[in-house]
Amino acid sequence: MTLLDVQNLWVKFPSRQGVFDAVRGVSFTLGRERLAIVGESGSGKSMTGRAILRLIRPPGIVTANEISLQGADLMQKSERQMRDVRGQRISMVMQDPKFSLNPVMTIGQQIIEAYRLHSKASKSEAYTKALEMLQAVSIHNAERVMRAYPHEMSGGMGQRIMIAMMLIPNPEILIADEPTSALDVSVQRQVLSIIDTLVTDRGMGLIFISHDLNLVADFCDRVLIMYSGRIVEVCDAKNLQNAQHPYTRGLLNSLPRLDAPRKKLEVLSRDPSWSNAPSVSGRI
Amino acid sequence: MNMLDVKDLSVWFGTGNDRVDAVRDSNFIVKRGASFGLVGESGSGKSTILRAIMGLAIDWSGAISVAGKPVTKTRPKSFYKSVQMVFQDPYASLHPRHSVDQVLGETLYLHGFKDIDARVVKLLDDVGLGGNFRFRYPHQLSGGQRQRVAIARALAPEPEILLLDEPTSALDVSVQAEILNLLTDLRNKRGLTFVMVSHDLSVVGHMCEHLAVMKNGEIVEIMDVATLREMRASHPYSKELLAASI
Repeated sequence: MTLLDVQNLWVKFPSRQGVFDAVRGVSFTLGRERLAIVGESGSGKSMTGRAILRLIRPPGIVTANEISLQGADLMQKSERQMRDVRGQRISMVMQDPKFSLNPVMTIGQQIIEAYRLHSKASKSEAYTKALEMLQAVSIHNAERVMRAYPHEMSGGMGQRIMIAMMLIPNPEILIADEPTSALDVSVQRQVLSIIDTLVTDRGMGLIFISHDLNLVADFCDRVLIMYSGRIVEVCDAKNLQNAQHPYTRGLLNSLPRLDAPRKKLEVLSRDPSWSNAPSVSGRI
Repeated sequence: MNMLDVKDLSVWFGTGNDRVDAVRDSNFIVKRGASFGLVGESGSGKSTILRAIMGLAIDWSGAISVAGKPVTKTRPKSFYKSVQMVFQDPYASLHPRHSVDQVLGETLYLHGFKDIDARVVKLLDDVGLGGNFRFRYPHQLSGGQRQRVAIARALAPEPEILLLDEPTSALDVSVQAEILNLLTDLRNKRGLTFVMVSHDLSVVGHMCEHLAVMKNGEIVEIMDVATLREMRASHPYSKELLAASI
């Protein structure tokens, strides 16, 4: 079942040197699955995520034939209608919890606000719901955390709080933009398994934006590989090690590996034809 | 011969109730020409060890000796000629209003070199940048190029030991491979000794022969890379770390 259908998405930024195309004609669909978008910095993966939520502000220009969320075209919606989509139907976890939590509100206030904005719950209902949600993301002393301010939290805690806040309105789609790259490996696994259980339990669609190929191969179902604003390859996460495109191969080979020591790492040599080739469709 | 010998090193910040012991009783030895890795999660004190060696963390006890000579509290200029450091974030470690030429030229001048002009050209060449980068400013460079400039600056006084604090964690994987190859080449060419901090075990496995696993300011295990590759860590924490990074 298709939750989200993106057709021919472009993101453009006019600059003094002419129009810069950050995303160039990307199409994909998302079902109840874990879809990864990987690529280097500047490949347009984060812009794709933001464009879906219409978070790109002028002078940036977003065009698409269609971004349809279960039949309703998001491109046609007004800013007011979009507010009902953001958070409630599609929510987004950003990269760094330090910059996405409000520093002068307690964690509790922020989660309760996020919940009451989208439902008609009373304050005390919202409080219990927020507590439950914090426990769901494995925060044990939830009552203390509710009273705490963001600066009192570690990075891993902050990211889990962000996930709790994003999942409390029970959205259909979660966009996670490098949710674990600011975290340690040990905490990373924890956060991922929390996202994983929540996504599978609730039957959500997940768009997981990352630059870490190994992580994505482990964690997701399907992978879109982006290069200079286009999708160059689509493959099943299980088969990522057998990817065909020279760019994907180059990325995989440039990783040092514990099980296969090498004197010298392979360096990616870029072919200009990669960025000119038309985008591969990620639609099913 | 031991290039770097760290004995009972403790580093702390603050006094009284605010005192935080960032590193406690750490011991390790790095042989000349070897490459030593420090791994652990953030806050485990791995960068603090490097900063204490460089003199950037002031409160420390224990004994550090470089090439047999003990390091004193106030370090002479000759110390900085033999030990240099490369920092994590290439975006923050270069002065935004100094061109590459100024950055390298000033370092060379401070270390008393005479033929600065020729040396700047040579340094840029060594890190694979070439002459047309010489008069650029940091904002005109990519992350990988900036890290190359930072490495060139560290190489300017012709050091024997290079302390690398997560040199590639701010870079893309494709650029990471370039920088790691550059570091390997430089080490072979100049006979450098590396101490490398990283949270990425596979990077340390690629670059180093020995590594120390740190937790809460203490070195819990020192092992060689063969042990790491065979996943035969003995301490429970290093086992956990190994399992998490595969």
